[in-house]
Amino acid sequence: MVATKLGSPSLPTCMVATKLGNLSLANPLIGASGTAGFGRELKEWGALDAFGGISVKGTTLNPRQGNPPPRIAECKSSLINAVGLQNPGIEKVAGEELPWLRKNYSGLVLANISGFSVEEYAACASKLDSSLADIIELNISCPNVHGGGMAFGTDPEAAARVTRAVKEVSALPVFVKLSPNVTDITAIASACQDAGADGVCMINTVGAMRIDIRRRRPVLGNVCGGLSGPAVFPIAVKMIWQCSHKLSIPIIGCGGVSSAEDVVEMMMAGASAVEIGSATLTDPFAARDILERLPALMDELGIKELKEIIGIC
Amino acid sequence: MNKGRYIVSSNQRISSTGVWKMILHPAERCVFPELRPGQFVNIALKGHYLRRPISVCDWDSENRSITLVYKTVGAGTRDMSTCLTGTELDLLAGLGNGFPIEGKRPLLVGGGVGMPPMLALARAFLKSGIAPVVVGGFASAADVILEDDFSALGIEMLIATMDGSRGVAGTVLEHVRKIDADCIYACGPKPMLKALSKLPQPAYLSVEERMGCGYGVCMGCNCPTVDGYKRVCKDGPVFRKEDLVW
Repeated sequence: MVATKLGSPSLPTCMVATKLGNLSLANPLIGASGTAGFGRELKEWGALDAFGGISVKGTTLNPRQGNPPPRIAECKSSLINAVGLQNPGIEKVAGEELPWLRKNYSGLVLANISGFSVEEYAACASKLDSSLADIIELNISCPNVHGGGMAFGTDPEAAARVTRAVKEVSALPVFVKLSPNVTDITAIASACQDAGADGVCMINTVGAMRIDIRRRRPVLGNVCGGLSGPAVFPIAVKMIWQCSHKLSIPIIGCGGVSSAEDVVEMMMAGASAVEIGSATLTDPFAARDILERLPALMDELGIKELKEIIGIC
Repeated sequence: MNKGRYIVSSNQRISSTGVWKMILHPAERCVFPELRPGQFVNIALKGHYLRRPISVCDWDSENRSITLVYKTVGAGTRDMSTCLTGTELDLLAGLGNGFPIEGKRPLLVGGGVGMPPMLALARAFLKSGIAPVVVGGFASAADVILEDDFSALGIEMLIATMDGSRGVAGTVLEHVRKIDADCIYACGPKPMLKALSKLPQPAYLSVEERMGCGYGVCMGCNCPTVDGYKRVCKDGPVFRKEDLVW
């Protein structure tokens, strides 16, 4: 099959389509939480529709101000962020942001939620239904908030507890977003699967820090943050590969994807769909450019449909 | 707001203290962006993961040129200064809110490399029939920039230097206090902006922060305001003085 340009009538949609459980995606590219806002800015660029799905900014029960600046430190082929889950709270997200996204975007909507207690996660999840989102992305891995987030992502029992609690209050599919900052990610992933998770998303950012040698102090206001970008891609591939051999639920791959080649590689490792995060920060059209290149690459590699390659490694 | 390829038509050092002026033209298929004074562009540079946000000094829609004036402060801007004529750069242009054009007796204040956006702003005021007063604060005589560019507009830049080697000795306040203005526009270091915010006039202040995306999705550049942390790249970089928290 000859590759065609995105937007042309002969777009081979079937070629790049994929599924997460029963949910269909027009293409495997999902805007990663925290790099797509609530879709409004990408819409302004005309860049929103290239995504097969959008995971919105991490939302908590109550509004959060986030961390003091600076929140960004650049590194080689990567960046560290310590935003600290600044968000307007679930009420505003469920009342304004998600309805806006539903109205202005036809792809899959992932509501990314975070919390500081099991009850908070459940309360947040209970405000969501299928009119607002298709998937709950349960963030148990944010490295930038103290006393919450990642605490649930580093202990299999805590991860299972929060997964169960959210499954109990919500009919939506739940994908748990996992932290790479653990000894054995497969233990956490398995615990989530056993607790009823419909899938996992991996990886969140890798704990990191920079020091300003002239000022002799940390670059970030929060001191430490999470590393993302091409530098973490091989780490993500390894962890996805490890988990894909242990899990029966689908995996959304995430971590430094910046080319069509990366998409194929991550899917071969076991991902059914792939999030695009930092690449969007460097270019709002990153996903569009990847999607335009994907069919030609598939032709080159003799891939007819993406589902052929998921977890073949 | 648009993304496109631009070609460097000149890139020259304009002060011994490492300030450069780069003039860019959109490549053939790139539409010339709509720009407002106080907006910025975000430039992709080889070897640097994040783009570099640089304020727009001036532009010419007819000749399709954008002028950037920047200081080499880190590896990114140093590499930018090595771009030769003909280099093609990927830009996101027309980012940020920019300055409003208000006031009958505007006072434009630039501190160091906060001076560049004041040039396009001065031109915008002149276009609406108002001659603004322009004050520039610099560390020393060697740091003074854009004096000739303002002269070309018929505006004499009132200069203050910290070491007294040019103009009045001290900060921009030495001039500002004596000027009868009904609105202040400023870009420069935080202490300068803070001092200006204490004057009685309304003021629009352009602030700076490390940026992630530069177009509002990542919340990476947020600064404290009375209404919580706001995005410098999207809600700013220009804020009303009463909205900022120091």
